[in-house]
Amino acid sequence: MTDLSIPTEVVTPEPLTVPPPGKQGKPSSLWSDAWHELRRKPSFIISAAIILLMVVMAIFPQLFTSVNPRECSLINSIQPPSSEHWFGTDLQGCDYYARTIYGARTSVSIGVVVTFFATLVAVTLGSLSGYKGGYLDTVISRITDIWFAIPLILAGIVFLNALGSKGFWNVCAVLIVFGWPTMLRLMRSSVLSVRELDYIDAARALGASDWRIITRHVLPNGITPVIVYATITVGVIIAVEATLSFLNVGLQLPAISWGLMISVAQNRILASPHLLFFPGIFLSVTVFAFILMGDALRDALDPKLR
Amino acid sequence: MTKVTPLDTAFDPHAADTGVLLEVRDLEVEFRMRAGTVKAANKVSYQVDKGETLAIVGESGSGKTVSAQAIMGIIDSPPGFITGGEILFRGKDLLKMEEKERRQIRGDRVSMIFQDALTALNPVFTVGWQISEMFQKHRGMSKSEGYKRAVELMNLVKIPSAAERVNAYPHEFSGGMRQRVMIAMAIALDPDVLIADEPTTALDVTVQAQIMDLLADLQQQTGMGLILITHDLGVVAEVADKVSVMYAAEIAETADIRELYQHPYHPYTEGLMRSLVRPDHKGGRLSPIKGSPPDLLHIPSGCPFHPRCDYVQDICRTDDPPLREIVEGRTSACHFAEVFSND
Repeated sequence: MTDLSIPTEVVTPEPLTVPPPGKQGKPSSLWSDAWHELRRKPSFIISAAIILLMVVMAIFPQLFTSVNPRECSLINSIQPPSSEHWFGTDLQGCDYYARTIYGARTSVSIGVVVTFFATLVAVTLGSLSGYKGGYLDTVISRITDIWFAIPLILAGIVFLNALGSKGFWNVCAVLIVFGWPTMLRLMRSSVLSVRELDYIDAARALGASDWRIITRHVLPNGITPVIVYATITVGVIIAVEATLSFLNVGLQLPAISWGLMISVAQNRILASPHLLFFPGIFLSVTVFAFILMGDALRDALDPKLR
Repeated sequence: MTKVTPLDTAFDPHAADTGVLLEVRDLEVEFRMRAGTVKAANKVSYQVDKGETLAIVGESGSGKTVSAQAIMGIIDSPPGFITGGEILFRGKDLLKMEEKERRQIRGDRVSMIFQDALTALNPVFTVGWQISEMFQKHRGMSKSEGYKRAVELMNLVKIPSAAERVNAYPHEFSGGMRQRVMIAMAIALDPDVLIADEPTTALDVTVQAQIMDLLADLQQQTGMGLILITHDLGVVAEVADKVSVMYAAEIAETADIRELYQHPYHPYTEGLMRSLVRPDHKGGRLSPIKGSPPDLLHIPSGCPFHPRCDYVQDICRTDDPPLREIVEGRTSACHFAEVFSND
């Protein structure tokens, strides 16, 4: 402690050398600070819990139900919820709870697979476009602008109809092909701002190659907004898949997905509302969780919003 | 396959000990922008030898950083273009080299320190990671070896408790410590030439002195050539051997530090001297140079300094004086350098 020549009995000053809370000499970075922030955020905790639940449900549906969703008996056709069938049964007499649980797999995997590959395309082309600039940037940006003008749902309807077969991978492929433009623009603008910073010049002056500068300096500093947006995109894609299935251009029976269940339910909404209600709730809660997570991440990763 | 000369033979420090280490010859750099073409370096020439400190002095916007960026190959292109001249490192023109060969020199043989170490260090990696990366990439060392060397370097640049701080992030250091980290990275591979672009401008005065002392120490230990870019003539007086004064993208005068201070050969240098606070200054006002430096888009005709010059003649308004040797080892770009120097 510094010895200041102030009479000590006058005041007892607060000790000035208290370390800032939560630091305690541990290294802090953008991500560890964000984690620190997130852990105390209700919106993050809630959305993380829901997402975790849905992911576990998608991977291990057996944990939640021992009933085979494809083992149906027509005797039980369209029963309302009961102690035996918690969510009731559908037209074929299948246990609706089991089908809703198994539906998570399709919905969550489509959301994750599509977002992963769309982000991969967006990050690769976006950072190339932003970092290299010039001719390459012009070509990539103009193509993106054209792609950007095509609504995802419309592209899904047109191309899935044209493709004929509507399996899991076909739906994924169409959504990937039309799902990347927004994220590419985000990545490009983020790279454009990072590229101007001194440490990029410094890295080059110290002999780093273009590849190294992009992977070690540009990407780690510029990818944050894309991660946030990708989280939200997972929810959006799940909703889009449900919409396409509802419009009969997405997955087809006997696939099990929430959108498909809602689609089948549409003729009996008034007579048997539970057919719409349960997959609808699962769908909206999952989409909501991903969007909430995206918001929580954005707040935590943007120091300006703290 | 591209032919890359092995570093060992091409840059053997003992092979070319007598020659000039780095020489910039008639360098011309243009920035082509919508508003017009800016000549940011106009026939700039200077050289630095082993163990020598060359200071490049000038006001903001005088083009002093541009030549350093050209040496390092970090001019943003477009809009920047090197339109002429040579940059010879141990006699080989850097501008004619293949990118691959040049990258082996960057950071390794010629290195650079930036003005603001806060923005020149990557915020998402620890300083240890960033220093050890130099060893891993250029010397093929393992990660643990690299970290060990990083700690040694941090000790060398006098960062207290280096062993603990090696895992800290740039924002956890003070400005002066960050600049030391930057210096550690720049000297990691024992470069022959170190360019320091206003290394102390972002720091407060006491820290400035420490950083300059550190650079001077390191230079003595390693015998590297140092190019110090600054607008602070006080800093220059303490450490430099030679000074090149830049004005409006041109070298106005180059001289040995003592001679320059005693007897400037260019009216601009004289103006700079007059505007300095000196210990022997007894009261009264300082006399700054009248007017302000020209916009590089609209450089005055003839001698670029003529609108502000106290000694202006008709010829100055029409003819741009070339940089010429006035006496042995001293150059000046003034029509009347000889007359002026006898005043």
